[in-house]
Amino acid sequence: MTSTIPLRSTHHAGPATLMRRILLQGRYETLTMIRNGEQLILAVIMPLLALVGLTVTPLLDGLGASRVDIATPGVLALCAMSTAFTGQGIATGFDRRYGVLRFLSTTPLGRTGLIAGKIIAVLAVLVLQILVIGAVAALLGWHPRPEGWLPGLGLLVLGAAAFTALGLLVAGTVRPEATLAITNLLWILLGALGGIVVPAERLPDLAQSIVHFLPSGALGQSLRDAFLHGSVSLPYVLVLLLWTVVPGMAAVRWFKWN
Amino acid sequence: MRSPESPVLTIDGLIKDVGPLASLDGKMLRVVSGLSMFAERGQITALLGANGAGKTTTLECAQGLQKRTGGRIGLLGEDPDTAGADLRSRVGVMLQDGGLPPSARPIPLLRHIAGMYRNPLPLDGLVERLGIDTFSRTGVRRLSGGQKQRLSLAAALIGNPEVLFLDEPSAGLDPQSRQIVFELIAELRDAGMGIILTTHLMDDAQRLADYVYIIDAGHNVAEGTVADLLSHGHEAMDGVTERTLFFDAPAGLDIAAAIGHELTVTESRAGSYAIAGTLTPQHLAKLTAWWAEQGIMPASLRLEARSLEDVFLDISGRDIR
Repeated sequence: MTSTIPLRSTHHAGPATLMRRILLQGRYETLTMIRNGEQLILAVIMPLLALVGLTVTPLLDGLGASRVDIATPGVLALCAMSTAFTGQGIATGFDRRYGVLRFLSTTPLGRTGLIAGKIIAVLAVLVLQILVIGAVAALLGWHPRPEGWLPGLGLLVLGAAAFTALGLLVAGTVRPEATLAITNLLWILLGALGGIVVPAERLPDLAQSIVHFLPSGALGQSLRDAFLHGSVSLPYVLVLLLWTVVPGMAAVRWFKWN
Repeated sequence: MRSPESPVLTIDGLIKDVGPLASLDGKMLRVVSGLSMFAERGQITALLGANGAGKTTTLECAQGLQKRTGGRIGLLGEDPDTAGADLRSRVGVMLQDGGLPPSARPIPLLRHIAGMYRNPLPLDGLVERLGIDTFSRTGVRRLSGGQKQRLSLAAALIGNPEVLFLDEPSAGLDPQSRQIVFELIAELRDAGMGIILTTHLMDDAQRLADYVYIIDAGHNVAEGTVADLLSHGHEAMDGVTERTLFFDAPAGLDIAAAIGHELTVTESRAGSYAIAGTLTPQHLAKLTAWWAEQGIMPASLRLEARSLEDVFLDISGRDIR
């Protein structure tokens, strides 16, 4: 206990490069997310259950394509919501409570690096989800249109951006317990009735008229359009952009770091 | 008062409003109102004050964690509100609540933070010196208060900072951790680091600080070295030096009859006396003469100068603990 710390009075540590700081934080947050059991259930197990459930039940019959072809794009959209909104929101809420956000923003990482790291973690987990869900769906007979992949992946990234902005807005403005309740409740509500896994035409009339304007409905419907028909519907892109920009600006304005 | 020589931090007329608060009918609350101070390289500067005096808010404004309402702050000559990664790499921060993720383990966490610096200190020395190796396999969630504080201190030091902020560094420390942490802080000061700490404990300030600012209701009300505050500072304020004489003797003595009524005599327990006030040699002569006359030999006898706590009470009129 008596060793002396080799302090240097002349050479200072200096910051690592911005890219290195962001990548390190992204890797750290990714590992934290996938090592967390509850997060894994939300990010992988629940979407897998939804995929299998929709494939073995007749819920999606009569919509002009096979069950798995209709179910898989929606389940991918659900993955984006799980990771970017509920998972990321809850993690950020508790990091805020424990002062982790404040401490890290005093290191060379800073606030910008912190947010960038979170975005990288969301994208990394999303890639893992796409690989797992895509592999299981393929085993169940999923045949996406090849030309649907490019717009599909782009839409998933846009959807993840919208849900990240929403998750950060909730996490930065209310207590973490409330974030936990709000993001889980919305995950269930939007998952069941938000047009994300169940197409709008199978929803009650009231829900049908709303879901096209929700991030869940816009992402679910547009991913089905992409993977089933290889088409991109610009109105949905616009809806997702709005859900990214408005909550994003609100988060910048009202996010409380402590 | 002194003037800055090689300051790491200068704060001039800091003002910070928070709110609007529902408890104040939607009005803003001024938590820091015109606080000025500076901290020198190679010194430990303490902000001493009761809870709610504005110490943590001041520190957070200096660290760039809170935007100030008014006043000027220079942290290594830069404005903390617009600081970049370069300035942040020269400043170490230990927050009051630690700021460590509960799910992390100590060594991987320190290694992660070290990665944010181009040329961080070697972890081994820090880990060994702060005794982190004894709990390196325990998650942050299950660490004791003292272990968390030691880990937070290590995290603040990884970048070999020029300035170190410590918010209530002895909070939750067991006596052993306290010894380790205090020795290290003193050593870092001797190595030339500029250290700024807040505390509501007189003992911390008295043991560690080279210079003390007493903070009350959002601004500095007194300043000086501990010795200044205990003697000269006080004389400058009201021209007296107070002491307390403690002694144990037979119960029920009429001390006031012997030495007069200008001093405060209390018998806290039967036979345990304290005489407080502006004690003079004449008072002592009178008292000992009276003892000799009465054939009283005290079982114990102790004279104490004012404590920093007395100074604080004089200045702020409120209890610090």
